[in-house]
Amino acid sequence: MSEGTAAPRSLARERWRVALRSATLLTGLAILGFWVVCALFGARIAPQDPYADNLLATLAPPSAAHLFGTDQLGRDILSRVIIGARDILIVAPLATLLGTVLGTSLGLAIGYLRGPLDDLVSRVIEAVQALPLVIVALMALAAVGTSNDTVVLVIGFVFTPLIARTVRSAVLVESDLDYVPAARLRGDGALAIMFIEILPNVLPIVAVEMTVRLGYAIFFVASLSFIGFGIQPPSADWGIAIAENYSLIGSYWWTVVFDAGATASLVIGVNLVTDGLASVFET
Amino acid sequence: MRLDRSAVARFLAKRALLSLATLAILSVIVFLGGQLLPGDVGRAVLGPLADARAVALFNHQVGVDRPLLVQYWEWISHFVLGDMGTSFTFRAPVAPFVGAALVNSLKLAGLAFVLVVPLGIAGGVWAALRVGRFSDRALVLLGQSLGVVPEFISSIVLILIFGVWLRWLPMSADWPEGAGWLTQVRYLILPSLPLVLVFFGYVARVARVGTIEALDADYTRTAILKGLTMSQVMRRHVLRNALLPTITVVASLLGYLAGGLVVIETLFHYRGIGALIYAAARAKDFPMLEAGVLTVGAVYALASVLADLLSAALNPRLRVGA
Amino acid sequence: MSAERPDALRIEHLDVVYRVGRRDRRVLTDLSLAIRRGESYGLVGESGCGKSTAAFAAIGYLARNGRVSSGRIRVDGHDLATLSAAELRRLRTESVAMVYQDPGRALNPSLKIGRQMAEVFEIAEGLSGGAALARAGEMLTRVQIASPERVLDNYPHEISGGMQQRVIIAMALSTDPTLLILDEPTTGLDATVEAEVLDLVGRLHAELDNSILFISHNLPVVARMCDRVGVLYAGELVEEGPAASVFRDPRHPYTVGLMRCVPAFGRRKDQGRLETIPGFLPAPGSVVGRCIFADRCGNATDRCRREAPPLQDLGGRLARCFYPERAQDLPRESGAGAGPASAGAAGRGAAGPRPGGETARPLLRIRNLSKTYQVSGKLLQAVHQVGIDLAAGETLGLVGESGSGKSSLAKLLLGLSVPDGGGEIELAGEALAGRAHDRSSAQLKALQMVFQNPGSALNRSQTVRRLIGRSLRLVGLFGRAREARLGELAASVRLTPRHLDEKPRQLSGGLKQRVGIARAFAGGPKVVVCDEPTSALDVSVQSAILNLLLDLQRQQQVSYIFISHDLNVVHYVSDRIAVLYLGRLLQIGPSEAVFRGPHHPYTEALLSANPGLEGPAMKRIRLTGELPSALKLPSGCPFHTRCPRKLGEICERQEPPLLPAGEGHAIRCHIPAAELRRLQAGEGEQP
Repeated sequence: MSEGTAAPRSLARERWRVALRSATLLTGLAILGFWVVCALFGARIAPQDPYADNLLATLAPPSAAHLFGTDQLGRDILSRVIIGARDILIVAPLATLLGTVLGTSLGLAIGYLRGPLDDLVSRVIEAVQALPLVIVALMALAAVGTSNDTVVLVIGFVFTPLIARTVRSAVLVESDLDYVPAARLRGDGALAIMFIEILPNVLPIVAVEMTVRLGYAIFFVASLSFIGFGIQPPSADWGIAIAENYSLIGSYWWTVVFDAGATASLVIGVNLVTDGLASVFET
Repeated sequence: MRLDRSAVARFLAKRALLSLATLAILSVIVFLGGQLLPGDVGRAVLGPLADARAVALFNHQVGVDRPLLVQYWEWISHFVLGDMGTSFTFRAPVAPFVGAALVNSLKLAGLAFVLVVPLGIAGGVWAALRVGRFSDRALVLLGQSLGVVPEFISSIVLILIFGVWLRWLPMSADWPEGAGWLTQVRYLILPSLPLVLVFFGYVARVARVGTIEALDADYTRTAILKGLTMSQVMRRHVLRNALLPTITVVASLLGYLAGGLVVIETLFHYRGIGALIYAAARAKDFPMLEAGVLTVGAVYALASVLADLLSAALNPRLRVGA
Repeated sequence: MSAERPDALRIEHLDVVYRVGRRDRRVLTDLSLAIRRGESYGLVGESGCGKSTAAFAAIGYLARNGRVSSGRIRVDGHDLATLSAAELRRLRTESVAMVYQDPGRALNPSLKIGRQMAEVFEIAEGLSGGAALARAGEMLTRVQIASPERVLDNYPHEISGGMQQRVIIAMALSTDPTLLILDEPTTGLDATVEAEVLDLVGRLHAELDNSILFISHNLPVVARMCDRVGVLYAGELVEEGPAASVFRDPRHPYTVGLMRCVPAFGRRKDQGRLETIPGFLPAPGSVVGRCIFADRCGNATDRCRREAPPLQDLGGRLARCFYPERAQDLPRESGAGAGPASAGAAGRGAAGPRPGGETARPLLRIRNLSKTYQVSGKLLQAVHQVGIDLAAGETLGLVGESGSGKSSLAKLLLGLSVPDGGGEIELAGEALAGRAHDRSSAQLKALQMVFQNPGSALNRSQTVRRLIGRSLRLVGLFGRAREARLGELAASVRLTPRHLDEKPRQLSGGLKQRVGIARAFAGGPKVVVCDEPTSALDVSVQSAILNLLLDLQRQQQVSYIFISHDLNVVHYVSDRIAVLYLGRLLQIGPSEAVFRGPHHPYTEALLSANPGLEGPAMKRIRLTGELPSALKLPSGCPFHTRCPRKLGEICERQEPPLLPAGEGHAIRCHIPAAELRRLQAGEGEQP
């Protein structure tokens, strides 16, 4: 720490460099990108009409005509897997976004302002954390009824305290640094300090947390769909497909395995992105 | 590790009080969730097509037309004494259902716990000792990849492999009446495997980070430079500090395992509390639902008190109540 | 007596590299030194010079990405490179031991002290249980810990920093090693505690006749403790020799520069500016093929820039320079001799306003300021009834050790913490609200702060332009006017326009502190509180920042409240000095008066603990006992538990009043000033 150690390069540029070299990040983005494309243009890239029944060719194993085989109604599974990405890639990101925005604002407020507000909210967060998410979701969805909208809202609200807790810890660390009193000394009010001074410094943590939550959201929505409390039929969603065909698994494994694989690949993709982002922000 | 008795007692009391407060808040949340969210309970249960008088009669019978505060007090005061209300579906007391289901869940949780915790800790410490090298990165990646695959998917894969193709293990966890505990374990292995897969990465990661921090700490350096062998350093200095953060995580894991296994229990037809809650949710049996949820919360609270106690035992700084 | 026994430490042409990213960075180049048995050797240098690396290399413990790329290290005759793991462990038990910089973190927080100390005996002598613990207790007595059994039973966080360091020393000396390495052992400890620890090390050195490698950036401390000294600069040894002669008669321009940067004991600002070393520290290993110091050396010639000078033997001394005989002639910044810093500026800036001439109303008036915190049910009095006046353009130095309340006082002044009822702060006749939030813009502009740690004080996500610019909002400047003023401010603290678009991460410590100063001065303040503004900076940078602060003061007639633990710096910079202890004002008066005497007994002890480069200026006063916890304040005079001049019961029962001790000078003691003067003169202050 002297008057002269050579000045390093700009942080943003270094982070880009790390990002572009990170195999995990790039792989994850590739997988994610693939499924996003499927979600957006599914109907057009699917080789066959995913809704077309063909009662003559039900439960056919994978073949040249149907790469993934057909299901109980003779529909081409490959095409259904492709369009199945759609609902989950709408619901999970929206829920995550909701939770992130609410959770970050809440975390900033209680982390900076502290006092009785912090005490109360932290207690409530602790209480809510005592329950596994799926239980909370079940309760809420049983009460308000299940639809894509309610799932987004319930998951979003369930994520809010978790994200708030992470943001709060980060804000506590920042509040100890001297730039916060320096800002108070020039007349900055609480809102300015929270959003202009502190938020940019916790953004990396928020970003990583958001992708972590996205992974959970996908996991979560898929599981809820599987037990009937998530995305509702007649969507081609993977969780629903697995639930519908699970009992056939002994003899007709293809009706389940490809949807399961798709789900797994999506979550793994998101997980790789999370990992890659975390290492980018570590520089 | 001589514990000052009065300090421990005070600490325990404080912690217990905090847990009670948390549970109280939780009970309010659960109650409101059951009574407020549905809007009209009767309507939610009987459906949109039932006529208004039937709904009103139902509401009156279950007492939801009374003021909220009265309802809450009645519910909670009975609950703590063991009376968890009456199920809408079975028209019988809820408590025995919850009790039996809880016992089952604890059995499964116990098995999974006993498998995953030592494995995860060992894996994490092992990776930490090789940090930065290929084996470390491989373990972390493996743990994470396994960890993000939803349980129902890994369950399906495992059922396919062990249940259908190899036929080594039974595919559903309903053992015959009066089966000995060894048989019960055999039935429970398959359901516990997905849990082990999912949580291995989680536990290993925390153990790894804790160990790395302890290894990098100044006091470890002091121990090494005193002339201790690496295994002495690990045993006497590193591990106790490294595993401290793991304890809290492991406690929350126990709580989750005891109550959050809705999918697994459903897949394996296991009558645990997750399945109970699920069934109650589908049937809109609110008393059962609320009782189940609050019970799960209580198990979690208990687990976290135990975790705090263990942490304080290992970390003298936490014992200072002052 | 050292003829047959090998040197305690022998380093020959050592190169150490660290692998950072994909490149190798050479941290030590061609380091050679030898420490004979019974000798103490000091290694000094600024941050990044590699001294800690050398220390750890000597005990065979380099970081994971570090390695010895060439050269040899021999400890007690054993070549480290040839030792097996088991042999290295044995060496660490028998021949070499280390004392660390941060004793709190060097002890395991989950184990009792007794257990950690007994371990050494278990390994070295095969003792176990009670026997090992008993030996541990003996060692504690040896390091003058009063109740060893209690400490053995404590956890590290339950004892003070000074005691923790004694425990580490005891652990290190348990097996009577040949070589004891001390890596900045007293950085972070209070002055009086530091003096105690150093005394202890010296005494044990004499008793045990071991060899010592003492690493420090603090020149006076090294001068005091070591027989020989080596000066490191960017990984190279540039000078070596007997401590006394190196410091009295340095032969390398860098050493000369360093010595000049440190305000000599007793020197004041009106006697001249502080010297600085121009330029920047090169990254270690970045300068090849020429003299490593040439870029900053006033004596440099073409030869220096083309050839790397070898270490020249000057008869018992070494210097890595082509012209060692000219080192002392290194040109000074302020011209030969250096006249008064403010020649002719109406004699105002340098001398400061006369404290006695209270015809002018004080700019800042503080009365009855107190702050009490509630800590888990108990009351902690951080500041108690402090009253101070500050005139325009004056610098008040605030001195005190940890727990003295000086930081709390600063926070109260600035409104960052709310004072207890009854306290008053008045600036230019206006009462200031307790919270910064409630003060007017004009008031906020007028009272500002420069923080201790520039890394933490600047928001790392903002550019310099934004950092200073946001403060200009306070002044109501926008657009073109703001840009203009920004440029002015940057220039006034010697920042170039290029710096404006950089982020703190890209700036060095000194540059960051300049940004902090620019920010404080953005609104044209009347009073600036400087909280240890140079403590986190290297010596050669400190003087530049201090000069800057004084320049700004002269130009803008600003008053300073200058908080520091470094007495020499405080004496140099301040017109008046206030001494705080446990939240109370013990002495306040003109700098000269406070330094010359009469002193409050606490001030006396503080001054005696302060090693000047020419040796301590007064007889060492040893304070007994530990600093009392602020939660259980002693009754009456807060200092009575440790005061060597305690009168008796009156000190315990009654809090002493502030008694006059000269013009503008007051001392809070039951002993009247005249009596103090007599007592202190009589004990033979060395001239």
